[in-house]
Amino acid sequence: MLATTLQAARSQMAFTLAFHIILASLGVALPALMLIANYRGLRHQDAEALKLAQRWSKAVAVTFAVGAVTGTVLSFEFGLLWPAFTGRFGEVFGVLFAIEGLFFFVEAIFIAIYIFGWKHLSPWTHFWTGVPVVIAGLGGAFSVVAVNSWMNQPQGYSPMTGKVTSVEPLKVIFNPAVPYEVPHMILAAYLVTGFLVASIYAVGMLRGRRDRIHRLGLLIPLTVACIVTPIQFAVGDTAARAIAKDQPIKFAGMECVQTTSTDVTEYIYGRCTSSGVKGGIGIPGFDSFLVGWSTSTQVVGLDSVTPDDRPPDNTMLHWAFDTMVGICTVLIVLALWLGIGWWRKKDFPQSKWFLRATAASGVLAVVALECGWIVTEVGRQPWIVYNVMRTSDAVTHASGVWVTFGLIVALYVALGAALIITLRAMSRRWRDADEDDVGGPYDPESQAPGPALAEGPQ
Amino acid sequence: MNRADAVAIILWIGATLYAIFGGADFGAGLWSLLAGRGERGRRPRALIDWAIGPVWEANHVWLIFVLVVLWTGFSSAFESIFSTLFIPLCLAALGIVLRGSGFAFQHTARRASGRALAATIFGLASVLTPFFMGTVVGAIAGGRVPVGNAAGDPVTSWLNPLSLVIGALFVATCAYLSAVFLVSDARRARAPDLERYFGTRALVSAIVTGALAAAGLVVLRSDARFVFDGLKGDALPLVILSVVCGSAVLVLLRRNARRGARVFAAGAVACVIWAWGVAQHPYLLPQKLTIAAAAAPSATLTSLLVVFGVAVLVVLPALGLLFTLVQRNLVRETSTPTTHDKPHADTLRR
Repeated sequence: MLATTLQAARSQMAFTLAFHIILASLGVALPALMLIANYRGLRHQDAEALKLAQRWSKAVAVTFAVGAVTGTVLSFEFGLLWPAFTGRFGEVFGVLFAIEGLFFFVEAIFIAIYIFGWKHLSPWTHFWTGVPVVIAGLGGAFSVVAVNSWMNQPQGYSPMTGKVTSVEPLKVIFNPAVPYEVPHMILAAYLVTGFLVASIYAVGMLRGRRDRIHRLGLLIPLTVACIVTPIQFAVGDTAARAIAKDQPIKFAGMECVQTTSTDVTEYIYGRCTSSGVKGGIGIPGFDSFLVGWSTSTQVVGLDSVTPDDRPPDNTMLHWAFDTMVGICTVLIVLALWLGIGWWRKKDFPQSKWFLRATAASGVLAVVALECGWIVTEVGRQPWIVYNVMRTSDAVTHASGVWVTFGLIVALYVALGAALIITLRAMSRRWRDADEDDVGGPYDPESQAPGPALAEGPQ
Repeated sequence: MNRADAVAIILWIGATLYAIFGGADFGAGLWSLLAGRGERGRRPRALIDWAIGPVWEANHVWLIFVLVVLWTGFSSAFESIFSTLFIPLCLAALGIVLRGSGFAFQHTARRASGRALAATIFGLASVLTPFFMGTVVGAIAGGRVPVGNAAGDPVTSWLNPLSLVIGALFVATCAYLSAVFLVSDARRARAPDLERYFGTRALVSAIVTGALAAAGLVVLRSDARFVFDGLKGDALPLVILSVVCGSAVLVLLRRNARRGARVFAAGAVACVIWAWGVAQHPYLLPQKLTIAAAAAPSATLTSLLVVFGVAVLVVLPALGLLFTLVQRNLVRETSTPTTHDKPHADTLRR
């Protein structure tokens, strides 16, 4: 019974987190794109850029509203799915969520002020009310990802077993995984949002809409994403090396390293079995080289711990890692393409193939994002707190998780569909009628009912 | 006062703010549901929409605040509540998802049928969510949440007379608060017909809420003696104050002097919440877990207090700015006389 509850709880957590992380990424980075467009609009008297900023602010409101809901679900799940985890360690990591709540509050308030301010504040004052949204997004991302970092590199509490009686909050907040995990996720948010937004405008251009709005709508986010991508590659590379040191078993799972040795082969894809990797492309010695710049570097293998302590679904973990790295490499090529085009012609490449590649980049970036979370979450298993608490010891003893999992999948599918339909409908209305008075959450423009005619003016 | 009590007070402040502002939002959902489809319910629904639009999310985050303070400051209480009361809390979470998405999409859905569906979902979820939260509070007050991972009964802990009465009381309270708030909003919108409309509903829901509160006391007496004795003892002044506030609202509504009604209505609700807290002090889970026993290590409590202090310094001014901007603008917008001359349907057109 407990085993199946564990599976259901892990499935539900994975599903809700995978859903939320896309919205959270948009919530972190879309306000920045919006402000860039807003800045351009004000600085260069660029009416189209202002229009883009206004449209994006409505998309920010819708995604933030839905993201707030899926985020609330996650905070319920801390208790509904993992009560023993939160019961024992909530007092350790909880302060980070309190800080996150603070940022979230600020973000919600200033999004409302910014949306409201389009018609009611002076242009530059209005611009500045958007800045706290961006800062709060970064702060919120830091706080949440720092919790996940702590789960990977727990420290700052004692005793190590049983009820926690002493906490050092600064050690918890600035745990060893923070310096690589937090930047990796924040960059991912900008990368995903940039490519995703650019891909939407690329599709529009492929359908023949080559107006200035589409050009700007493609260029602003794509430039941001293309600057971020190579940095992300370097940060990710640093993170992988740090994980090889901090969480060697996770790294062994990611790379399918069965036995501890030197001169370890790097496999690109392939099926992980207890007797080594089947299929895939092997590069002899390269894994050791990546970990320590020398083929004689020793890489810890899965055999250094008992099977109970090894991550499950090894092949999936390995594929997720390779897919993430592969997609990032492909996106760097796209960034180079844009860079060269810009350098030679002061414009982005006009070819259909460039637009097609940009159109595909949005989905690819989301896939990479999800793969990254599979790597860090599945790779940490069987631990919920690395080497301290097993996920099976954290799960609820309540029954019925399979039911809630089924319900939440159905609900989220409907929610996701409604979100996409809504955003598409908004964009269609913008396009068809050039009508920008599409209401949204936080929108103050809904009319007050006013006196009924029957009453007469009073 | 020690740090654990201070954090418990913060928890209660969060719960109070959520009950008042979130509760008014829930109640607004109930009234929009009861207003009925089509032309008849159109004006009340338009007022509700207009009143809660720009600020709804800021109200809702108080819930997250309460959850985070609870799991950080009193982890074991959080564990016990969320595992034993798995079912009602799942249903409340479900209601929150439906409500939030219903609200987000009722403005943006392209077709009228889509908007109507989103609005209905929003209304239904606005009733279910506070009801299940009420059953959770009933389970806690009734001492049915033992310490541990799902240590209590998964069903009878919240499916019992006390929980059901408190669930109903929560829904009625939301309706009551919301109606009183909407009377003021109708006045700001210069819609005297809606002022009367919500005035009547405020009176009815005030009486229903009072009756349910009295019924709750009767059930508490037989089912949750510890809390009942607390209400009769240390918390008695707060109970009396709540009754006084509630009566003041009734008088003000009858006399059409609605200026102070909002404050007294919020005061009545706040007094009940604090009376509950005082009544079960020093327990967090009555007779099962004290505040001191559940409290986090002192460094965690200190950090929470610091974060709370920063929140007061940062969030309150920002929130004040938002409310000021919105209120000032609404006043200006509605004072334009043009709406008086337009035909009825036109004034309501989005």
